[in-house]
Amino acid sequence: MSILQILFFALSAFAIGSAIMVLISKNPIHSVLWLILVFFAISGHYILLNAQFLAIVNIIVYAGAIMVLFLFVIMLINIKKDSEPQKQFLVKLLGVLAGGSFLTLLVALIKQTAQIEGRQLLMKDGVIGLIHPLGKVLFTDYVIPFEISSVLFLSAMVGAVIIGKK
Amino acid sequence: MPIQYYIYLCLALFSIGVTGVLTRRNAIVVFMCIELMLNAVNLLLVAFSKMFHGLALASDTATTVGIEGQVFVFFIMVVAAAEVSVGLAIIVMMYRNTHSVDINFLNRLKN
Repeated sequence: MSILQILFFALSAFAIGSAIMVLISKNPIHSVLWLILVFFAISGHYILLNAQFLAIVNIIVYAGAIMVLFLFVIMLINIKKDSEPQKQFLVKLLGVLAGGSFLTLLVALIKQTAQIEGRQLLMKDGVIGLIHPLGKVLFTDYVIPFEISSVLFLSAMVGAVIIGKK
Repeated sequence: MPIQYYIYLCLALFSIGVTGVLTRRNAIVVFMCIELMLNAVNLLLVAFSKMFHGLALASDTATTVGIEGQVFVFFIMVVAAAEVSVGLAIIVMMYRNTHSVDINFLNRLKN
């Protein structure tokens, strides 16, 4: 086993274990902290794939901004432990069964797909994940969506302020 | 690294997110599970972009085939940030009205 495979399996186990802990933590603050660990594991995967720009953006935007927003909201609304009644056991069991059968279905589907048989992906070679090629494409071919996304942010900001003021 | 490894990893993460949406009642945790699903899709997009880049790189060393996948991931992150700001504002407003973040209280939109 090469070092890349060892890193891949370690990061995957880390990501899946933390994701399961997000579900089974009773306290929402613990869920947020586990989710931050999932995002760090996914950033590690981006670095393995030599997508350095996305790795940094993932840490800054998701772990740095979005999860801090979640933590602020949880602290603002002061959830008491007893104020979140748990779902019935049957409903939980059915939810886990539905998710598990969804996973089984898709895995069986992927196993049968002939198009991806034996396809390898490039790990550390290739420059498309670096800032220079990505910025070039972003500001030539995708400059219109890039500008529209600034309008989207403005409208989201106005919407959040209006909803929060009521 | 075979592409199947990444597909199975992302399917597992996505299914965990689906299970969380189905089993939890706290609106904030449900929202976090949606973020988890978005991230699984992002990782799969990057993996496929590297797969197609590897195919094209064999014939042309200066190609940028597959870079669209990473640009899409960037835009998905942009949209997710906007979505989170509005969604959390809605959750805070809902908490002010009902003093709870239980999604079972959301089954009626009026009154």
